[in-house]
Amino acid sequence: MSDIADRVRKIVVEHLNVDAEKVTEKASFIDDLGADSLDQVELVMAFEEEFSVEIPDDAAESIQTFGDAVAFLTKAVG
Amino acid sequence: MAQGLMNGKRGLIMGLANNRSIAWGIAKALGSQGAELAFSYQGEALKRRVEPLAAELGSNFLVECDVADDAAVDKTFAEIESRWGKLDFLVHAIGFSNKEELEGRYIDTSAENFALTMNISVYSFTAVAKRAEKLMSPGGSLLTLTYYGSDKYVPNYNVMGVAKAALEASVRYLAVDMGKNGIRVNAISAGAIKTLAASGISGLRDMLHWQEANAPLRRNVSIDDVGGSALYLLSDLASGVTGEIHYVDAGYNIVGMKLLDAEAAPQE
Repeated sequence: MSDIADRVRKIVVEHLNVDAEKVTEKASFIDDLGADSLDQVELVMAFEEEFSVEIPDDAAESIQTFGDAVAFLTKAVG
Repeated sequence: MAQGLMNGKRGLIMGLANNRSIAWGIAKALGSQGAELAFSYQGEALKRRVEPLAAELGSNFLVECDVADDAAVDKTFAEIESRWGKLDFLVHAIGFSNKEELEGRYIDTSAENFALTMNISVYSFTAVAKRAEKLMSPGGSLLTLTYYGSDKYVPNYNVMGVAKAALEASVRYLAVDMGKNGIRVNAISAGAIKTLAASGISGLRDMLHWQEANAPLRRNVSIDDVGGSALYLLSDLASGVTGEIHYVDAGYNIVGMKLLDAEAAPQE
């Protein structure tokens, strides 16, 4: 498990108040983890802050699952 | 309780969304000086967010208020009257426009979204001022939030800039109307801040980079910067100030030309 994935998981667990085990690769923020559309925006803002990156709107819209977020951030940070 | 500038004062905060909200910076500053706060929210999604923040400041006074609905606004103020019997200050941090029209050309704004934007972002302040006036005594103070895009062209801000111009004009008219009763009305024009609402503005990042590079203080402003200035305007320290548009923007609005030491915005 990469360091980036751990950091992303920590943000998701804290923000959505869910068990870490539920935050799997394919877990959709909205469909599986109980996020609403505001949570989705807030998560992206939290990722930007944690990793000091900028996530453009179109990329933000494509980040639907935990796996999507890790993949995007790994690429953006790397 | 510690001595504070706002001891014994009760006020309503409208438009808190989360801990990045400008309204949160203001609420924290007021709370730290002894103010007693009520919060209005619209809908369950926001209630869930406002509740824990209100609790952090020792408040359990939450009222639902859809400012587009006159009856709902009446009800909000009736609740305040029955619980508090008076109101000392009000913070209006509310605005709305369809996201699709906060990009591209202003000229393409639809009549429908123009009216909606004006109603939620401008008229709502007048609507709440009218109700608040009845609960306020001399010394009462109202504050709304605006942005420089009212005064000068800012890319993508579009219809919101037109609405903020109208909001600033209404601050002046309300200041005269309510000044007769010793009630003050002001606005803070905050520099761009990355809030939930601002995330709907296309190119927000460019605004933040440009402002940071070109403001006299060479930085962006925080919700706590705005909170400090709001505390002044809402407290008796500003007893002689009304009808003002007060810039809290690291000085950006005074600059007439790009700073020579400004770095270019990073390329994506």
